[in-house]
Amino acid sequence: MIDYSKLIAPAVKETRPSGIRRFFDIANTMEGVISLGVGEPDFRTPWQIRSAGINSLRRGHTRYTANRGLEELRLEICRYLERRYEVTYAPEEVLVTVGGSEAIDMAVRAICAPGDEIIIPQPSYVCYEPITRMAGGVPVIINTRAENGFKLTAQELRAAITEKTKALILPYPSNPTGAVMRRGDLEAIAEVLRDTDIICISDEIYSELTYGVRHVSPAAIPEMRERTILINGFSKAFSMTGWRLGYAAGPTELIREITKIHQYAIMCAPTVSQHAAIEALRSCDGEVALMVEEYDMRRRFIVDGFNKLGLDCREPSGAFYAFPSIAKTGLSSEEFCERLLYSKRVAVVPGTAFGDSGEGFIRASYCYSLEHIKEALYRIGEFLEELK
Amino acid sequence: MRTEILRLLEKNARLTDGEIATALGVSESEVRAEIAALRESGIIRGYKCVIDRAAVDRDAVSANIEVKLTPKAGLGFDEVAEQIAAYPQVDAVYLMSGSCDLLVTVSGKSFREVASFVAEELAVIDSVTGTATQFIMRRYKEFGVTLFGDEDDGRSKLSL
Repeated sequence: MIDYSKLIAPAVKETRPSGIRRFFDIANTMEGVISLGVGEPDFRTPWQIRSAGINSLRRGHTRYTANRGLEELRLEICRYLERRYEVTYAPEEVLVTVGGSEAIDMAVRAICAPGDEIIIPQPSYVCYEPITRMAGGVPVIINTRAENGFKLTAQELRAAITEKTKALILPYPSNPTGAVMRRGDLEAIAEVLRDTDIICISDEIYSELTYGVRHVSPAAIPEMRERTILINGFSKAFSMTGWRLGYAAGPTELIREITKIHQYAIMCAPTVSQHAAIEALRSCDGEVALMVEEYDMRRRFIVDGFNKLGLDCREPSGAFYAFPSIAKTGLSSEEFCERLLYSKRVAVVPGTAFGDSGEGFIRASYCYSLEHIKEALYRIGEFLEELK
Repeated sequence: MRTEILRLLEKNARLTDGEIATALGVSESEVRAEIAALRESGIIRGYKCVIDRAAVDRDAVSANIEVKLTPKAGLGFDEVAEQIAAYPQVDAVYLMSGSCDLLVTVSGKSFREVASFVAEELAVIDSVTGTATQFIMRRYKEFGVTLFGDEDDGRSKLSL
């Protein structure tokens, strides 16, 4: 008998499947569930993008591309970054990856030596911690605070930095809190990083989805470009989750090394997706604007809904999540979500899924029609009534 | 605000003024006034529900009827179209380019009912010189709403 557990590398074995996996499994198999639980757009990929993908297959573009991605696509990415975020990159400074996720993994692996510390502000998306551990690094968690709107402050950052700090993950606009770092916030962060060799890994996957404010890339802050790996992708902005396409942009010296890992692990991102992405960047600003407008309506609607139900919910400026406080109910986040699921069949994600600092909050996605959100809020209202 | 209101209502006419106001970040009275103006000016003509008729009544049928006309002196296409539109069985009347002049959509409880409407009412109108009736066999999409399959969009209930 093979004892498989002995075969598994310690760093992998210690990476437990996310604690709420069980809860997810129950929700995903339960009948009649109305969900505010997903992290993916309900819109389908705009038609001209799908069409570009289909046409690339018709024309027989079915082979590998260059490791770093199609030249044409990298050029379009550079134009896009310049046009939208006023950051300038050359095509050699861009690596096309399998989703933003791969870019995060590759960036961490490229710079993290055993024992190196990676600073991760939380609540935040779940991948940074395991990716850091599997690269042999040590995650250093900063619990950002609700009273700061879950933004990272210079003070918090300064306190977390040690001699071993290699990188800071900057995950804004934030899943799950919807927090957006404004220019001033980033300038304060830059002030701390300026005299260090700490690399800023900026996960900007939600950059298009901001409301009433413009996304500012940390790379656009003076003296930050040379210490930033900008990560973005097509999933959220263009509703292209299933196409698995993202990219990293940064100084050539870094991108070149990251490309080495990518080249051996991945070869290249899917060719069909790369062709579709060229179309997305060239001609879909209008579609993106319409989707953002639609999210914005839902955002106002759901935030208003939670506040009317007595669950304090600040206005998220970005992404597509509301992050209301459920502290008043006296329940823990997980209890709240579990009981809500069982008694009213509404699925939301406990804030603790995104780190300990998410305790007392739930994440409710508004990637749903107003009608759907209305029904979910109605049921949550009933649930709260019954709690009293 | 007008465009946004129309976009919301076109997708879901059940939204209340208050809900629209919340979604747009404006006051309810502004929304009420704008919708009143839209009705007044004839831009909003009514509110309907999209129903899968076949699911309610298996025998219910609809047909598209291509109608050819000879305009008579003093009686243009508009007058004939208005005359046809007045029948309660008629769902839609359009002036067309191409092989016919008017396209008329008719609904009835049965095949026979629609057929006799065409023969006894439509075909005998003075300026009508010919009709070609095409029965609708199955509806897949109507008013932008798909009428097949369930609404499951393929996403899981929870993901991070």
